[in-house]
Amino acid sequence: MLRLNNITRHVDSNNSLQDISLELKRGELNILLGPTLSGKTSLMRVMAGLDQPDSGELTFDGETVIGVPVQKRELAMVYQQFINYPSLSVYENIASPLRVAGLAKSEIEARVAQAAQLLKLEPYLTRKPANLSGGQQQRVALARALVKRASLVLLDEPLANLDYKLREELRAELPVLFAELGAVLVYATTEPSEALVLGGKTACLNRGRVEQFGPTLDLYRDPDTLMAARLFSDPPLNSLALNHDDSGGLRFAGAEQALPAAVASELLSAVNPAEAASNLTLAVRGHHLRLGFDPLPSGESTASKPLIEIRGIVDVTEITGSESFVHFSFMGQPWVALLDGIHALAGGAEIVLYARPQDCFLFNTLTGKRVRKLSGGG
Amino acid sequence: MASIHLKNLGHRYPAAGAESDNPYALNPLNQVWEDGGAYALLGPSGCGKTTLLNIISGLLRPSEGRVLFDGEDVTDLSTERRNIAQVFQFPVVYDTLTVAENLAFPLRNRGIDNTTIQTRVADTLAMLGLEARANERARSLNADDKQKISLGRGLVRTDVRAILFDEPLTVIDPHLKWQLRTELKKIHERYGHTMIYVTHDQTEALTFADKVVVMNAGSILQVGTPKELFDRPRHTFVGTFIGSPGMNVLSCTFDGTAAIVDGVRIVLNEATLAAAQAQGLASTSATLEVGIRPESLRVIVADASTVDDTHCVNVEVLGVEDLGRHSLVRLRLGEQLLCALHPEGAAIPEAAALRLDPACTLLYADALLVEANDVPLLP
Repeated sequence: MLRLNNITRHVDSNNSLQDISLELKRGELNILLGPTLSGKTSLMRVMAGLDQPDSGELTFDGETVIGVPVQKRELAMVYQQFINYPSLSVYENIASPLRVAGLAKSEIEARVAQAAQLLKLEPYLTRKPANLSGGQQQRVALARALVKRASLVLLDEPLANLDYKLREELRAELPVLFAELGAVLVYATTEPSEALVLGGKTACLNRGRVEQFGPTLDLYRDPDTLMAARLFSDPPLNSLALNHDDSGGLRFAGAEQALPAAVASELLSAVNPAEAASNLTLAVRGHHLRLGFDPLPSGESTASKPLIEIRGIVDVTEITGSESFVHFSFMGQPWVALLDGIHALAGGAEIVLYARPQDCFLFNTLTGKRVRKLSGGG
Repeated sequence: MASIHLKNLGHRYPAAGAESDNPYALNPLNQVWEDGGAYALLGPSGCGKTTLLNIISGLLRPSEGRVLFDGEDVTDLSTERRNIAQVFQFPVVYDTLTVAENLAFPLRNRGIDNTTIQTRVADTLAMLGLEARANERARSLNADDKQKISLGRGLVRTDVRAILFDEPLTVIDPHLKWQLRTELKKIHERYGHTMIYVTHDQTEALTFADKVVVMNAGSILQVGTPKELFDRPRHTFVGTFIGSPGMNVLSCTFDGTAAIVDGVRIVLNEATLAAAQAQGLASTSATLEVGIRPESLRVIVADASTVDDTHCVNVEVLGVEDLGRHSLVRLRLGEQLLCALHPEGAAIPEAAALRLDPACTLLYADALLVEANDVPLLP
């Protein structure tokens, strides 16, 4: 297990790691999710021992690794830019870490053959990397990381430079490939959809801090903070302040009317009583906004439950062929709805959408923290 | 703005030995890009899309054929003389100039008067949300903002005949990508520039373009609206490349009345059936496949009613991946693998059947869509 305790490191004026504590277990895929400059690469460099933290502890299987030279660590890294030795064949590229380690020839052959088979590189073993496509070159870099059988594998946006479709393919393969190593596997990405496909656990990073760490789907479905929910939303998360008004109702910031009492009480029923009086921010993902609600396939009717009505003015609509992203303005905020099917809504048109209260997240506007009832709180 | 006509255009890169020609990087094609259209060129690495873009921009002279802008032959004109704007994958920005000066640069180069420059620069700054940083040196900006300037430099001129984009958002963070993409779309709706946008990202292509040109291995496989490419891909490559996951393609036979996948009857819609019969596919040597989008499949409980329903087939559920918004259900039909999308929160039955919509079931012969064609049939 790789354990980080209160790791802090100042990198430069817009990049630092602040008080990061994580426990990353062997055999698990750990995703670092966050935008550029959120600290993903800085954190990986500390994990790798390439950079020393200003303070904090870093242990692997209980032993401190701060100050242990990189060469003495069982470590494999793959970067966004494929790095291969241009003068060596694909075979020799994959074998290179094993030759450095002084392994027996037969062992090298066996490991390279296995990695080449897993990464579908067998037809290319005699070629030079320059004669391969980008996807194949990155497979070579991945194979080299795989054969080392390192106990810590760091993958820094390894698929970012690859074609969309190739990415889909490798994404599905990667967790399986590395799972059997029993290594601590860390994978950095900027894309929520990539994290969801990969599964495992995710740490949401924002400005050098871990917003939340846990099983990937739990983070997606049950974010603790508004920032974690934002980081884990694509298309971007919709949000708006939802304030208490004088007559005891809930009202969207800028709205003339309070929400219907039934909607407000449904929303508040999920709020921790200690937070009931806080100013709230409501957030909802684009695909949870609908033009209407039909009964679910399970047969459960949702029509009788109160729905939140969202009236907006269409800004622009993007159509993918099977879905429509309707960008609209709601109380002056840019919102986006992801609707199934083709909805060619022109700019300036009025749109009425509905959200179910149970699909919305409520946050304390001041702290940015979720105000949900804790489990067992009824 | 201009229409762009590619006439018998093809390209081979010169071979080192000069004895034999290289194979075509771009197979000969004819293509018209309409004035004011928003086009995307979509395809995998090495499919020829950048070659095609470079020929349109004049960075590359085609080895055969002509490029016409509004009927004028520009094949031998340089990029500058074609009067087009270009935006590349990596920002092209003068670090020592301010943001506003960077945007003004293409206009000053063309000798445009100061008043117009100021108006255009102000408009472009507003469009990109860079007003507050207008007087900062470009050097101090992060990579995302630099790419915004690059886009701005492409958009600042109103007199260009076309704006060409080469993977402009590939290195941009996902959240900003949304913002810039919708800005581009709005700019196109507002100004009606002829835009050609090269990308390998289907979401970018489909959301940006009125018409998407799908390329593979040096050829254009289909030109169509996003809906056409989704609903009726004319080549199995288009079906699998577009969509996430792509279309299921299952090898099959045709018995004259239905497609047969590993002994399982798949009902075809009337038009497809008529075309398959007309083309004599019951006794063809062509490779036949059915194409079914994962979005059109419904995973339901297999019971007595589904056994009798000709639109339902029994399948084996191999696995379910929860992708948040929906689940991806991996299935086996006969000996072949396919996947279906299942709504968020809905249970997956253990004994599962698939409900197929014949309107969404396509048939392919040697990778090409079987559809009624204009070729008159022999009596």
